[in-house]
Amino acid sequence: MNEKDYLKDISEIKDIMNRSTRFISLSGLSGILAGTYALLGAFIAYKLLEDVNYNFDYSTEILKTNYTILGSLKNSLIGLALIVAFLSAITGYVLTKKKAKKNNENIWTPASRQLISSFAIPMITGGVFIFLLIERGIYGIAAPAALIFYGLALINASKYTLSQVRFLGVLEILLGLLALVFFGNGLLFWILGFGILHIIYGALMYFKIERN
Amino acid sequence: MKDLIKNINKLFDHRIRLGIMSALMVNDTLDFNTLKDLLDVTDGNLASHIKALERAEYIKIRKSFIGKKTNTKYNATHLGTLEFKKHLAALERIINNKP
Repeated sequence: MNEKDYLKDISEIKDIMNRSTRFISLSGLSGILAGTYALLGAFIAYKLLEDVNYNFDYSTEILKTNYTILGSLKNSLIGLALIVAFLSAITGYVLTKKKAKKNNENIWTPASRQLISSFAIPMITGGVFIFLLIERGIYGIAAPAALIFYGLALINASKYTLSQVRFLGVLEILLGLLALVFFGNGLLFWILGFGILHIIYGALMYFKIERN
Repeated sequence: MKDLIKNINKLFDHRIRLGIMSALMVNDTLDFNTLKDLLDVTDGNLASHIKALERAEYIKIRKSFIGKKTNTKYNATHLGTLEFKKHLAALERIINNKP
């Protein structure tokens, strides 16, 4: 065996270690679509808020923790967020499955299971946290907390997938913290974090990885 | 050069056995089908290489039941981990020791 073969051995070891711990067939296209759903959702939310003659300059109003949004409006906003999340998850699943098939990668592997559970734990924690806050009439923290928990979930999951996901997570957390600094602009930061950032990230991934 | 090759482990001088060990270095346990997909080999081929590694006590086989189906999982032993690290170090030394 010569030196070249030993080099090949080392690259093979690296490749197998990577492939057995990372699920890399995440679709960039699903990021673009998830971002688009988030933008549509935010637009509908904006219209709903406008419809109830809601003064959109809510930077002062929201500070009152027992601020009472009409019950039905609250429910439709929560429903809207859930629909956007659900649609994004379904789209992500379908496109990822398609991509995995193309890459000849199995979709249900130890790596993908780790990916899902490491993402789901911070995300579900965040979801329950936000739901309980809203139940107590604390609305202002919902958008910043959603961004922060989502960012933490991404960073946690990035160990089991493309390392670039970690960077997206850091940006989401920064946006979440900024949303707290510029309190009362939740919808704006929601649009930036879940809409614009997803579209940019998805497009970068799509052109960088999927097109070659 | 002879000195350099001394620590090369003959058992790891094969693509599939090297692959099995690499995967078990970074995963606590893996089952047969996952290894098969990962290394892209046939059942019989994988089974024979697993047996070779097991005979050397580099990996351990754990059988459990999920309902009525057997679920076989593999993990690297302490000895296997040590030997693999030695092998890796030997590979690195050879590559860094260009004439």
